[in-house]
Amino acid sequence: MFSSKLARLPGRRLQLLDRSARRFQSTSGEPPSASGHSPSVANSSYLRTTRESALHTPGLQWVDEDNNNVAGRETRKMNLYQAVRDAMSFALTKDDTAVVFGEDVAFGGVFRCTMGLAEEFGRERVFNTPLCEQGIAGFGVGLASMGHTAIAEIQFADYIFPAFDQIVNEAAKHRYRSGGKYNVGSLTFRCPTMSVGHGALYHSQSPEGYFLGASGLKLVIPRSPIQAKGLLLASIRDPNPVIFMEPKILYRSAVEQVPIDDFHIPLGKAEHLTRGDDVTVLTWGTPVYTCETALHMLANPPESIAQHIPASVRKAKVELIDLRTILPWDVETIEESVRRTGRLVIVHEASRTGGVGGEIAAEIQKRCFLKLNAPVKRVTGWDTPVAMAFEKFFIPDALRVVDAIVETLTY
Amino acid sequence: MFRTLRLSATVLGNVPRCRSLATASSQLPLHGHLPTSQSPITPKLQFFNSVTEDGKQIPTYRVLDGSGKVIEGAELPELDQDLARRMYQNMLKLPIIDNLLYNVQRQGKISFYMTAHGEEATLIGSAAALALDDEVLGQYREMGVLLWRGFTYDSVMAQCFGNHEDAGTKGRQMPVHFGSKEHHFHPISSPLATQIPQAAGVAFALKRDPARRGRNCAAVYFGEGAASEGDFHAGMQLASTIPSPTLFIARNNGFAISTPASEQYHGDGLAARGPGYGVQTIRVDGNDVLAVLAAVREGRRLCIEEGRGVLVEAMTYRVGHHSTSDDSFAYRPRQEVEDRKRIDNPISRFRLFLESQGWWNAEDEESFKDQVKKDVMKSFKRAETLQRPELNEMFEDVYAGEEPWNIKEQREELKTLLKKYGGSWEPWKSELKKYKGEGKELL
Repeated sequence: MFSSKLARLPGRRLQLLDRSARRFQSTSGEPPSASGHSPSVANSSYLRTTRESALHTPGLQWVDEDNNNVAGRETRKMNLYQAVRDAMSFALTKDDTAVVFGEDVAFGGVFRCTMGLAEEFGRERVFNTPLCEQGIAGFGVGLASMGHTAIAEIQFADYIFPAFDQIVNEAAKHRYRSGGKYNVGSLTFRCPTMSVGHGALYHSQSPEGYFLGASGLKLVIPRSPIQAKGLLLASIRDPNPVIFMEPKILYRSAVEQVPIDDFHIPLGKAEHLTRGDDVTVLTWGTPVYTCETALHMLANPPESIAQHIPASVRKAKVELIDLRTILPWDVETIEESVRRTGRLVIVHEASRTGGVGGEIAAEIQKRCFLKLNAPVKRVTGWDTPVAMAFEKFFIPDALRVVDAIVETLTY
Repeated sequence: MFRTLRLSATVLGNVPRCRSLATASSQLPLHGHLPTSQSPITPKLQFFNSVTEDGKQIPTYRVLDGSGKVIEGAELPELDQDLARRMYQNMLKLPIIDNLLYNVQRQGKISFYMTAHGEEATLIGSAAALALDDEVLGQYREMGVLLWRGFTYDSVMAQCFGNHEDAGTKGRQMPVHFGSKEHHFHPISSPLATQIPQAAGVAFALKRDPARRGRNCAAVYFGEGAASEGDFHAGMQLASTIPSPTLFIARNNGFAISTPASEQYHGDGLAARGPGYGVQTIRVDGNDVLAVLAAVREGRRLCIEEGRGVLVEAMTYRVGHHSTSDDSFAYRPRQEVEDRKRIDNPISRFRLFLESQGWWNAEDEESFKDQVKKDVMKSFKRAETLQRPELNEMFEDVYAGEEPWNIKEQREELKTLLKKYGGSWEPWKSELKKYKGEGKELL
């Protein structure tokens, strides 16, 4: 087992490299999978594929009288867009003031998230708006200021910027500037986010960092169908305006058993996906699965990269954390983890400069200064727009995450 | 060219049918219309501009002329002595409060102020036409609407001073950023035009509320400068497409700070835009309080009945400077302003009308003004002595529910600093005395 104390000793780095060389010569290892990195979203161990495991999702809070009794609960296999739709269906059923609106939501949405909702709840509650993001946001602010539940969709997170003024200057500050007399707490923006393989500049962005300075706002990014449903319902009912960013590549690819009842996953809380004492890896959204792959690669490096993965780090116990709520983020969980591991790697798809990683790195550096055994490492998109033909080398992939973990462990 | 001819031939194929129908109804177009539009096909190559057929400007609706007489062909809106007097009294209040607060800003007693000089008729005429519980979203020059609804002088002063009685903003916003839930007046914010699409959302909520549907509208005020913002487009578009009873009240006072309306738009003002959105529209003489009353009343009725947006463009003139941070004589001649004040004064115009009805006289004028001056001065003196809200209020109301760690910790950080320096560092020490509790709740 990798010891963080040992790593501080001089010469440690060389020693690790020696071992790595030995591992490379070995012929006893398992052959790497054809893709070179396994598992992927399709067979992720973080997705709950049985009723039993789904019902025991950590932090899950049932929203009905039968509190916390799982005996009679059922689950259904859903992908992420179906879970989002399921959450909105609960919001609309239980709250007569709730409405869903945005561009093309009436026929079911370009990502199918609102399928059948207009038929079920009527066009007065699920309706298309003109193609105008500042209008969608302003309309939502007005609706929510009257106490109505407004669930607005921005078709891609890339197109949230026309609404930036309404979100940052208006929605986020509404309660504060009115002395608490008015608020738009019942407002939620949903928007697809992150890369999709070929989205280029305007169908790939992860703009969460731009909203960090907008106190008064919450920002949530789920990683799976259960998370999406529970976090979205909690977001819709949270007394503050929330931006809910849905990783669009997971809409169809992330599939798990989702409890069919109404439930919340609390906002503001990160979740441990694996426990470990050697290094903390912090991420959210799509890269959760990239990190999962990276953890496997670290433990069982494919032959092609094995020479770069010293044997001693392969048994490192990595603590993987899904941040889930970006604003306000769960400093307590991250600080506790880094105090234990002494190392932090932050992975996000957004560009580095001005990204969320920088904010977290600064805060953790302040809180864990004496506990840190290595600089906080950030694995992020480069400070360029997302260029289509170059996506493979822009979005952090598992190899970059592995490399960052190795570099951090061997610092 | 060939393509055009071929298309014409195709369309011509329908002509006999159209013609035979045309004899039955002369309204049917000669050449039919496109499959996705009701637009009649015309063989005439003709561009057009603005919205009136011959390019003439949209007319301005007026009831009273400059001498307070009903103009030929105009009808007086329903009005009794009591309503007329109340309207006039509220118009009179505005310049009295404005003059005082403008001057005390000049003395540095408040940080900022914006007068409504010249726009009294637009503000009070429209306020009187609305129901007291219609939701109002303003820009910033709409204190008159609040006064009409019973907002007190004390509340005006509390907000402008940011003292601990300022319930609407708790001293957090600049002066004149009023808000009052009790008066259905949404909190003013500085970013221009943001309130316009919000109004459509508010109106949609009214329409969905069985208790208010068909009874209330959302009235949104903005200047002609703000109407250049994308949010104006968004608001008009939304209120017409997602039918919502939104009453758009544009104050076209000729200037956006230094920019004359002629540099703000090339078309026929704001009224010309309404029909483009399918919005019922009227232009009204904003210095004629009875024209504004009638237009907004009818606009409100239409708006609620049809459940859609209605636009009223009130033509007026910003007699005062843009704000206390502006000297308007840097971009317009002093004489022009003096002339407008003399020739087209909304207050004196209405006074002449009231006097002709025997509803007001010089004695009423003097005693009312004296009383207002006295009351306003009393509120001002009182507000001046009141402390600011507790310093702790700086951290409140950012979020509802559990307070996030960063705000909690930053409050603690300020506490630590106050403990360390609050009693000795003079700039902080003297400043702390201005807060209710002198910052002790943080110590």
